[in-house]
Amino acid sequence: MELPVLTPAQPVAKGGCSASSCGTSNDQMSGLPEHILKKVQDHPCYSEDAHHYFARMHVAVAPACNIQCHYCNRKYDCANESRPGVVSELLTPEQAVKKTIAVAANIPQMSVLGIAGPGDPLANPERTFETFRMLSEQAPDIKLCVSTNGLSLPDCVDELAKHNIDHVTITINCVDPAVGEKIYPWIFWQNRRIKGREAAEILTERQQLGLSMLIERGILVKVNSVMIPGVNDEHLAEVSKVVKSKGAFLHNVMPLISEPEHGTFYGLTGQRGPTQDELNDLQDACSGDMNMMRHCRQCRADAVGLLGEDRGEEFTLDKIENMEIDYAAAMVRRAELRADVLNELESKRAAKAAKQQVSNLVSLEAAAALRPVKMAVATAGGGVVNQHFGHAKEFLVYEASAQGVRFLSHRKTDLYCEGGSSCGDGESVLGRTIKALEGCEVVLCSKIGFEPWGLLEAAGIQPNGEHAMEPIEDAIAAVYAEMQAAGKLVVQPSVWLKTA
Amino acid sequence: MALIINELCVNCFACEPLCPNKAIYQAKPHFLINPDLCTECLGDHDAPQCAEICPIECAIEDEYGEPLNPPGSLTGIPLQALQALHEQSMLNQAAVLQP
Repeated sequence: MELPVLTPAQPVAKGGCSASSCGTSNDQMSGLPEHILKKVQDHPCYSEDAHHYFARMHVAVAPACNIQCHYCNRKYDCANESRPGVVSELLTPEQAVKKTIAVAANIPQMSVLGIAGPGDPLANPERTFETFRMLSEQAPDIKLCVSTNGLSLPDCVDELAKHNIDHVTITINCVDPAVGEKIYPWIFWQNRRIKGREAAEILTERQQLGLSMLIERGILVKVNSVMIPGVNDEHLAEVSKVVKSKGAFLHNVMPLISEPEHGTFYGLTGQRGPTQDELNDLQDACSGDMNMMRHCRQCRADAVGLLGEDRGEEFTLDKIENMEIDYAAAMVRRAELRADVLNELESKRAAKAAKQQVSNLVSLEAAAALRPVKMAVATAGGGVVNQHFGHAKEFLVYEASAQGVRFLSHRKTDLYCEGGSSCGDGESVLGRTIKALEGCEVVLCSKIGFEPWGLLEAAGIQPNGEHAMEPIEDAIAAVYAEMQAAGKLVVQPSVWLKTA
Repeated sequence: MALIINELCVNCFACEPLCPNKAIYQAKPHFLINPDLCTECLGDHDAPQCAEICPIECAIEDEYGEPLNPPGSLTGIPLQALQALHEQSMLNQAAVLQP
């Protein structure tokens, strides 16, 4: 399998996800060959188009792990947390199948079942493969996928192929053991706990071997990397290059989460996570070599629903016990919905292609002197500005420049935690939200209250409710044009100082 | 001679399939080792398998109550930081328990 060589990320006016909240840009999925696009078009985690229409769930059947990562604490669990490795109830394979079928019958958008922990799925091969085996019999219309640290992967590749798993995610934080030994304190390998450089050497070798073996068998591989400033941030462009050359189709660089209260090595030793800008810059740097994923929500290992939402509470074991399920009928409904959505996506892609000729936002002569502006958008989906500021749990951040509008990232307002007084630092919700919007000059929303309006303005962020229900990219382009007309975009030293 | 799994166990299942004597079993509130079956892996492995894979420091002890994986030995977290975390979580628990 050969990946197309993509040009470095260009801010795009053309292309882009014109009718969705993610702002897909040309350096992402559209560069994929047709046969891969076909495989991922209804996978919410792999296709930015799909994530507005299709839902996924993770079943937590795999508690054991065979390595330790410095960003993970195996002791920690909190129902208020939303991040990888966190679950509230561990399931047996039978319970996992029951839950999957209950969710699939009640959420017709459910297209993908993943096993992602809370340990390493392939360090629990019996529980993981028993779940896959039963699901491929009882729910054949659901795609199966798995994520792994890669240590056991070479031993499991044939079994994975047998269960018709066509997507695997490997977390690869480095290709150089010298970097790896700063991330992995130990691995369990051939009946021994191995530490230090030797552990990192074995792990990186097994990851690369597993990656190649999957590609040989035609299984799609996505690579996840955790960006750890000062440890692997400068190394990840190299990782991107290597995994692409071996055949991975997508690279997802995620920010390190390292709050001290999580009790991880990084959290307790003051290792910081990257800023939004550092993350975006690295994603841009890697995108010259690789399709980058930018809409990852770093889900829990038992998440249920559309990306960015979690409906796990509706499907706890005691609740699914009493659900009446007609899976055959549900399968028909799901097939119809899938066909409708794929049709809609297809027509959107066609419209997007037609729009590629759209002219730049401002004239080229003026362009050189204009600075880019970051804007945040409150949206409940559908690709339009349609959410009240106070209801937004996350904002989508776009960059408008003379070249056009492009999606940069999403930002959560709750910073992974909705906990109460027991774990908060007493900061107000509004204060946290404003902090999350740092670097943005404008926030677009359907409506906004009087108090937040004043506080946002005081923080140098202009609230804007004038574009309610308009497509996001159009609204941002309009605001950018207004800013230009008002002379706010000319590059002047004072402006730079003010916004720095 | 037998090893002991104590209340620090997080029920991750990692040790159970590795035991050459099938001495480890799932129990509430945490996994346990049958002392009649445990041989500390003597004759089977160079080191006790449960303690080799266990990710939780101090969760597995020998018959004298000595942890096979002492504090900091697995995570590399400095002892002072572990202590501070422990104190903080005690404070949080106390705060939650208060009406």
